[in-house]
Amino acid sequence: MIAAIATPTTTWYLLLGAVLFSIGVIGVMVRRNPLILFMCVELMLNAVNLTFVALARRFGDIGGQSTVFFVMVVAAAEVVVGLGIVVAILRRKPHATTDDMAELKG
Amino acid sequence: MELFVFIVAAAMVLVGAVGVVVRKHPVHAALSLVMTLFGIAVLFVAQEAHFLAAVQVIVYAGAIVVLFLFVIMLLGVDNAEDLHIEPFRVQRPVAAAVGSGLVTIIGLAIIASRKATVPVVTQSQAVQDAALDPHDGNIRALARDVFSDHVLAFELTSVLLVIAVVATVMLARKPKPGELVIIETPVSVK
Repeated sequence: MIAAIATPTTTWYLLLGAVLFSIGVIGVMVRRNPLILFMCVELMLNAVNLTFVALARRFGDIGGQSTVFFVMVVAAAEVVVGLGIVVAILRRKPHATTDDMAELKG
Repeated sequence: MELFVFIVAAAMVLVGAVGVVVRKHPVHAALSLVMTLFGIAVLFVAQEAHFLAAVQVIVYAGAIVVLFLFVIMLLGVDNAEDLHIEPFRVQRPVAAAVGSGLVTIIGLAIIASRKATVPVVTQSQAVQDAALDPHDGNIRALARDVFSDHVLAFELTSVLLVIAVVATVMLARKPKPGELVIIETPVSVK
């Protein structure tokens, strides 16, 4: 009876990644706080990382895991630069939302 | 057992992700993000990516979320956002439609291709040998792959990080009085 319980296959992980990615997309489209937009971008990056790791195991290829490693580095750099921009904007316009940043001419 | 781990971790991931989207307070959203990232780390362990699970906890849950919280606290933007304000009326229905459509399309593609044949991947001999190590084969294989096959990309990431650090320092510092300021326009107060 215990053995009849299904073990999660790669498909389960990929579907979880798809759902997580879509939640991130919805968050980016709905929210207006720039910090929360960054968090939703992180959600999407993590969904892709999960997909990479699941397929790396399925194919027996370590290259998927090294790709995740590079994605993490780029995500860290992206967060640092993005938060720098957010700090620079919010220092001049406190409580700015994404609608207030529509003009790039400063 | 693996099913149990998957269900618990997937619940953590999804609850945290929904929390990031629907929480009004930025601090609560950041803490929900921590829960999602821990769930992902658990799933990494279940997929035998032990090194990446450790990096996930240390870099993401440790460094990046702390950076988020630091910015929230430093700028004092930890006020709750009123989610009932909708600047564009069609925004949320469109977002829901795009999200559900994306899940449907990707899900159909995943389910349609689940019986696809797995191609035989040939890896370099050093990586294959390292992966057979019983103790820490994952870390050894990953190191062989990163430092031999992808060493140029690895070096380029260090350049990227230096550029990011320098750019952030330039962006975030306050100009000294008397210093040439490039961006100086009156802020229109709304």
